[in-house]
Amino acid sequence: MDEGSELSLTIAHIVQRLKGSHLHSQIERRAKECLHQPDIKLDSLKEDVRSFLKTSGWERQLQNAVYRELQVQLPPSHPAAPPEHLKEPLAYMRAAQAGWEKRVLKSLNSMSTELGVPLARMRPAAEQKELANKWNEMGTDEPDLTSVRPVYAPKDFLEVLVSLRNPNHDSSEDVSVRSHWGLIQVPLNVRDIPQLRRVYSELNLTSGQLGIDDHAHIHPDLFENEYVQIGKKVVMEQDSAAAQQYSRQGCSTGLRADLWALILNSNNQPQDVMHYEQLTAGVIQHDLLVDNLIYKDVKLTASNDDYYFVFEDFLYQVLLCFSRDTAVLEHFRYNSATPPRSFIQGKGGEEECAVVYPPNGVIPFHGFSMYVAPLCFLYNEPSKLYSVFREIYIRYFFRLHSISSSPSGIVSLCLQFERLLQTHLPQLFYHLRQIGAQPLRIAFKWMVRAFSGYLSTDQLLLLWDRILGYDSLEVVAVLAAAVFAFRAENLMEVTSLGSAEAVLADLSTLKVMPLIQIFLFATAI
Amino acid sequence: MSVYATSSASVLLFSSPSTQRKKMSGSSDDIKPVSCTIKPPVHLQIGDTKADAAHSGVCVVDVTLPFGKPVNIKEITFKNYYTAYVTVRLLRRSPGQEAPAKWCTALRDLPLMDNPHTEGGSQDYCSVHRAQMQVEPDHVVSVRLILRQPSSAWLTFSLEDINIFPHVEPNPEKEVSDWLSDLTLVDQHPDLEGLPDPQTVSSSIQQMWALTEVMQTNQTTASIGRYDVDGCYDIKLLSLT
Repeated sequence: MDEGSELSLTIAHIVQRLKGSHLHSQIERRAKECLHQPDIKLDSLKEDVRSFLKTSGWERQLQNAVYRELQVQLPPSHPAAPPEHLKEPLAYMRAAQAGWEKRVLKSLNSMSTELGVPLARMRPAAEQKELANKWNEMGTDEPDLTSVRPVYAPKDFLEVLVSLRNPNHDSSEDVSVRSHWGLIQVPLNVRDIPQLRRVYSELNLTSGQLGIDDHAHIHPDLFENEYVQIGKKVVMEQDSAAAQQYSRQGCSTGLRADLWALILNSNNQPQDVMHYEQLTAGVIQHDLLVDNLIYKDVKLTASNDDYYFVFEDFLYQVLLCFSRDTAVLEHFRYNSATPPRSFIQGKGGEEECAVVYPPNGVIPFHGFSMYVAPLCFLYNEPSKLYSVFREIYIRYFFRLHSISSSPSGIVSLCLQFERLLQTHLPQLFYHLRQIGAQPLRIAFKWMVRAFSGYLSTDQLLLLWDRILGYDSLEVVAVLAAAVFAFRAENLMEVTSLGSAEAVLADLSTLKVMPLIQIFLFATAI
Repeated sequence: MSVYATSSASVLLFSSPSTQRKKMSGSSDDIKPVSCTIKPPVHLQIGDTKADAAHSGVCVVDVTLPFGKPVNIKEITFKNYYTAYVTVRLLRRSPGQEAPAKWCTALRDLPLMDNPHTEGGSQDYCSVHRAQMQVEPDHVVSVRLILRQPSSAWLTFSLEDINIFPHVEPNPEKEVSDWLSDLTLVDQHPDLEGLPDPQTVSSSIQQMWALTEVMQTNQTTASIGRYDVDGCYDIKLLSLT
């Protein structure tokens, strides 16, 4: 297909998706209202209305909406390609994901039968009233969770990834130039340091960075003041694309909330607040087994964390509402995963209706609440926090727990981490391998959570600035390799997996941007 | 009247033309692929074929079209399976009694995978359109696809679901008969008694029509957000299929 028809097709898709949206009706209404203004002339109607929309800021909002659609749009595909090919082109990965999903569903089914708790039920009226009353303090009175266990933990998922094999891949040769010492044995295309240097050029040693050049002993006039001024301008202009580009060098604490909301185009309109209210009504009406998983997860992870325990109640609210949100289902177009299905009795009693369970199709695992916890530092209004979290999940975090060949997918990140380590720290990798401490076994838990809960919060937010700015999770793999490079000397002295884990147990003192910058731009190739 | 004018003007502003959907080339509804015989792939080896210590990196697939019916090719579609490059050669016989058939190269080394050693593009659906070919693919008797996979990382490589779509000449536009355009409107003033003025009726009907058009074109893709069925969401077990 040539570029012209590709462009028309993209435009047609975006028009279709934005048609009938709230933004569309708002713009129509404004355009109708502006017809009463005296400077709109009938003979130049189209241009006058257009320039009115431009000056009143509506064109910018439309631009941001189009930019958002471009980010989540599937790449143009062949007409013969079936929908599952669009989700994941490689057949063996689709099969592995389907097999993994089946295991998770079986586990959930057996938990339901063991506990005698139905997967979903309508709450009786008294219980609904009680929950509505204590909506803001759900942490105080949770159900008995001793027999609830998480459906899976990251290390179970790691075993599945390690066993991924391409049936057409010739892995008969043990020792060759191509041999890979790590655990991931699928030949995906991942970037090496020269390619990363080109892509992440804004992280260069010669560019200013927040996280490095805003340090106390550097005078703010050298970089920080001017950079913050530019940030304020970007927020005033309300331009998504500019905010994304700006975020590559970091966002200052005061502007970060607005900048992230701009990048994700989540502007907390009245209809978003109403949507959130609808979700809370859904939580109050029905009780899901998944809710217990969420309670358990928050209790095990966020509540035990020094930084995040204060947000316990927020986390319950956001995650329970997230489970009821059917708008999340649309991300399964480009996610290799498939939402679990079940059947309920229809009106006639005979026919069965297929429904998705949970309503958003996402089954939380151990550590899932850590995707939300850092955002609580930025947003204190629940509906705003919710819409930013949902958008960041359906753009990035879903890739961290599904099997796919995407360059931001967890398989590619693991492979990239191992390749970077093998290429640039071969002695360390070999040593760790010999003592039975495969580096991925230590780094996997960091990458699956995008380092949430392992770094200190300000450093974590600087890392997530770059994830949003570069629209990719690659920087997570680079940081994992950089951490190993930083602690290489200590690691060379350890003699067991346990002591290697101990060396890397505490990352809370690390400064991420210097590590990434040195690893990418100061490593000798 | 002015209210109708302004609102219908704004309606026209926002109604998009219905011909936005571009027709995708290739597998359109009418064109069926030509039935052809695909011979089994032949892997080429250097030297002695008995000692096949190394995997072959070149494979030839011959696709013969029905005998006696040369085809003008519009498009060749296939699904890749770990082939890195494909060369398309055509055996053309120009119309004429004694014209000999000649081989020519239509496309040389089209890359199907970004990197022959890694997975990118390895299982993608592709098509080769006649516009991409270096020669006119008309009066084609046979197609030869030469597949190359230089990387030793893969056990096999091939192309699947090879289909050849013929080029169909578009029908010339039918001309409107002259006598249709000679019709003229005759202005009549029927006798109205107690009936509303036809002008006001027709303009209000026109506005209603415009509104229904807007409703039709404004089909929204937004979902309503209900996950239960008539308030019921009692689920016992998840289905594992």
